[in-house]
Amino acid sequence: MIAAHLPALQVVIPLMAAPLCVLLRRPVLAWALTLAVSWVVLAIAVALLLQVLETGPVTYPLGNWAAPWGIEYRVDLAGAFVLVIVAAIGAVVTPYARRSVEHEIPRDRIYLFYAMYLLCLTGLLGIAITGDAFNLFVFLEITSLSSYVLISLGSERRALTAAYRYLIMGTLGATFYLIGVAMMYMMTGTLNMADLATLMPAVADTRTILVALAFLTVGISLKLALFPLHLWLPNAYTYAPSVVTAFLAATGTKVAVYILIRIFFTIFGGVEVFRINLIGDVLMGLAILAMVSGSAVAIYQNNVKRMLAYSSVAQIGYMVLGISFATVTGLTGGIVHLFNHALIKCALFMALGCVFMRIGSVNIRDMAGLGRRMPVTMASFVVSGLSLIGVPLTVGFVSKWYLVQAALEKGWWPIAVLVLLSSLLAVIYIWRVVEVAYFRPAPEGGPAPAEAPLSMLVPMWLLTGASVYFGIDATRTLEVAGGAAAFLLRATP
Amino acid sequence: MIFKAVLRVVSKLLIPPIMLFALYVQFHGDFGPGGGFQAGVIFASAFILYALIFGIDNARKVAPAWATRTLLSLGLVLYAGVGVAGIFLGGSFLDYSVLAEDPVIGQHLGITLIEFGVGATVSGAMITIFFIFAHQDG
Repeated sequence: MIAAHLPALQVVIPLMAAPLCVLLRRPVLAWALTLAVSWVVLAIAVALLLQVLETGPVTYPLGNWAAPWGIEYRVDLAGAFVLVIVAAIGAVVTPYARRSVEHEIPRDRIYLFYAMYLLCLTGLLGIAITGDAFNLFVFLEITSLSSYVLISLGSERRALTAAYRYLIMGTLGATFYLIGVAMMYMMTGTLNMADLATLMPAVADTRTILVALAFLTVGISLKLALFPLHLWLPNAYTYAPSVVTAFLAATGTKVAVYILIRIFFTIFGGVEVFRINLIGDVLMGLAILAMVSGSAVAIYQNNVKRMLAYSSVAQIGYMVLGISFATVTGLTGGIVHLFNHALIKCALFMALGCVFMRIGSVNIRDMAGLGRRMPVTMASFVVSGLSLIGVPLTVGFVSKWYLVQAALEKGWWPIAVLVLLSSLLAVIYIWRVVEVAYFRPAPEGGPAPAEAPLSMLVPMWLLTGASVYFGIDATRTLEVAGGAAAFLLRATP
Repeated sequence: MIFKAVLRVVSKLLIPPIMLFALYVQFHGDFGPGGGFQAGVIFASAFILYALIFGIDNARKVAPAWATRTLLSLGLVLYAGVGVAGIFLGGSFLDYSVLAEDPVIGQHLGITLIEFGVGATVSGAMITIFFIFAHQDG
């Protein structure tokens, strides 16, 4: 009986747990509830993925109102893959969160932190599962509002300005998305994505739909921090609490990329959207600029968290590049990079969370000699860093391999060169940290920082291990990502 | 403003009808204009009027932080709980028809409970937001 209701429970369980956290109030209880919920959510996501692999897309009518009229939850391969990414990151971040949150967030606000964290999880899962364009907007707002709160909980006062700036940009993005949805509704009279997809070819050439497409693309690009709309991202990631940065860096922008994929390949699936409207060229250009400029700016950052934030801008460039190829290989590369980058960035930001806990700073100067004092943490940083660069036998290599292949398939070798160039820039900024941590002597005097607690090291190494494991044996992830890409592109002739 | 006799007396006269009107909007919501959101805002406005006239501290005694937060979260729990009850009674999430023997009664029951949840959450949220801005406490 429960199996049929998994799509609803996927969203409802974290949604109900959030107010329960507020009622429980005690930090430990709120954390325990969050932990239980995050693992149940992961189990549901995995079950859904297996179900989709076996039987094809799963649908669920909310309130038993049939599809184009009621809200429909629709899980296809791409959606199920994103669900697993978000749920897995949530399940790994929660055990890590307990000590880190105790350290960074005032005790009387911890239960509110977990309530917001669960709401954010709800929104992210909802975006991936819903088959309704307006319902997606609602979940987008749940995610955004809770992430503004989460970011503003950072210990520095600058966290407030960072959150406020993100609020302005995020609201703009969401408004643009809503305007786009309203215009599509005006022309087709439906909000259901599958229904929109069938009605779209008839009206695709009208100016209203073209403007709608422009609003949707710009709005979601703001949300996913595509260059040059990324200005909110570095501050938000830098000043947010460590746990929040690790969670949002691994899930927030990924889900926004997923929305972009949904718009282009599901809603506009029957239209050759990339050929008519120059959108493909513009996206590709911006993606390449993001890749190169993000990595280049990262080299000059002294705050390591900010450095990784700029690196995220570059990595988002890779994903959008994969989308803009609009070929199965390219899209596979983009989708698999959602997963791979989530593993890498979450592990890297977790390592920085450990460092911040022990030395109270993530500035590169203060990290001198840390390789010897916190060997387990820094080793994880190095392995994930290698994966970020794209060294063979790590996940970073797998996604870049696909992107380079997709570029070569089309004969666009300069793009392949630029992907490699951006990876070389990644070598430089990761090396700066490695050099300081391993080859500079630790500062004299003062207490030597100890290794981070085990409850933080284990989740971090789980992700680091996964980023090596899926780098060596990528068949499972590539099978799902490739299947999702093929499924999404089937509509386009 | 506690020393202005007219304000004090008029607000004391007004507050009970405001609350009553909120409940009218709440329970009339599934037949006519109204519903949980509007009712929640009207209900909260009674507390806000009280706070404006008699001071924040007095109002906080009537509606302490824990009470408004509990109200806020219970509303959401009630909403989602009704949805989950639909699953346990053999329907899908938020399917009201299975809540009673007769689907029509089930639909009425469902929407009334859901709107009650909305009303509780909205009034809790409105009061909380007002106090946060007015007093800089949680």
